[in-house]
Amino acid sequence: MDNEERQIVVPGETIVSGNEYLPGDGAYRDGNEVVSKRFGVSNISDKHVRVIPVSGTYYPRRGNTIIGTVVDITHNGWLIDFGGAQNAFLGVSEVPRYINKNELREFLDFGESVVVKVWDVKGRGIDVSMKMRGFGKLEGGMLFSVNPNKVPRIIGKEGSMVKLIRDATGCEITVGQNGKVWISGSDVQKEILTREIIEFVVNNATINGLTEKVEEFIKSKGLKGSDVEIVAENTDGGEE
Amino acid sequence: MVNSLYTKRSDGRKMDEVRPMKAKVGIVPSADGSASFETGGTKAIAVVRGPRTLHPQHMQNPQKGILRVSYGMMPFSVWDRIRPGPSRRSEEISKVVEWALSSVVDLSEFPNTVVDVFIQIPQADAGTRVAGLNAASMALAHAGIPMKEMVSAIAVGKADKTLIVDVNKEEEDFSEGEGATDIPMALTSRTKNIALLQLDGKISPNELREAINMGKKACGDILKVQMDALKNVNGGSDNE
Repeated sequence: MDNEERQIVVPGETIVSGNEYLPGDGAYRDGNEVVSKRFGVSNISDKHVRVIPVSGTYYPRRGNTIIGTVVDITHNGWLIDFGGAQNAFLGVSEVPRYINKNELREFLDFGESVVVKVWDVKGRGIDVSMKMRGFGKLEGGMLFSVNPNKVPRIIGKEGSMVKLIRDATGCEITVGQNGKVWISGSDVQKEILTREIIEFVVNNATINGLTEKVEEFIKSKGLKGSDVEIVAENTDGGEE
Repeated sequence: MVNSLYTKRSDGRKMDEVRPMKAKVGIVPSADGSASFETGGTKAIAVVRGPRTLHPQHMQNPQKGILRVSYGMMPFSVWDRIRPGPSRRSEEISKVVEWALSSVVDLSEFPNTVVDVFIQIPQADAGTRVAGLNAASMALAHAGIPMKEMVSAIAVGKADKTLIVDVNKEEEDFSEGEGATDIPMALTSRTKNIALLQLDGKISPNELREAINMGKKACGDILKVQMDALKNVNGGSDNE
């Protein structure tokens, strides 16, 4: 994505004028001008104008990995609360094994947490799936929330930051785009440490040279860089 | 303005001068969006939560999300204690602020949801509804809610025969001659439409026209303060 022009825009502010520009997400056309509809960073690529939000609630997009909790069970699936405007729907056909419709609770019960992929975002609700590898029910470990707008920093470039933290602590980490983070390690002490490191990343998300700062922070916690048991699978950092 | 009994403002301002303003965005970390706005001795805090599912269900609108504003003065905000909780006055202000904001927010993407705006006045020196509206407009933008434009508001008025901008408590209570007139008004940032106009007191049509024009000019200054606050939110002091 080439970013010719990036600037913070406020709702109602003109981003560019000219009929050749096309308003995309978070923008609308007013006469000759393309106007911001949302507070965020404007991005113009190929005459396509978008506004990327920098704060506020999480809005699901197709392909996102999210972590949520089962809040309701219907006759053909589960409703999952992931901290967004609406609940997500996980149908029985979207889980990796056959489930008898009378035994939905045995596979996933109220209050249990799952990692799922956003399959479809419609005005009326969002559909999720957990058919692919790396998705499924979360068992054990620790689940906590961070600001969803800071998630790209936790993941890092192509998952570099998660990998750094994972290598240092030996804990398995799954980051949902909705700001929910799940950690699972061999003991609670390690999990707490991992959480501290992730919170350090979130609190310092805007500084330059974040990776070096995180490495220093990890060293100051008495970790050497690479512990033993490195879990190589379940890398979900690809997107965004 | 000939022979007016009100010739000099008690705080030394010019007749069309706004009290010193201060605006800040992101003051409540747990909220989806938040902002504070101050003019002189009036201070307002606005917090936005949502969009989230609306309960009770019968209030839901399947075509678009709804906006719900609640305004309240803190017990210690004025000289003698204000009884906390809903009152005739606070219900009215909640409603007019809600209508003013409804004209700019676009919740068509979020059916069956609600966006809650909470406005609190920790310190009052007249013009609290317009200060609250200014803060709410910033908080909504900060929450990433789609909006066509921003809203800026100001209270213009008349003390005896003199037109004044940004009325303070002393001027609101001016009782000599023709007495005081208070006109809270709100202006949208792009289309320059009036989103709120109330009038308490007596004024001639020509004077009203002039007062509104003075108010429109002041709203331009307020908009600058609001935009500055929003654009600087990520300039370092994001996490507080």
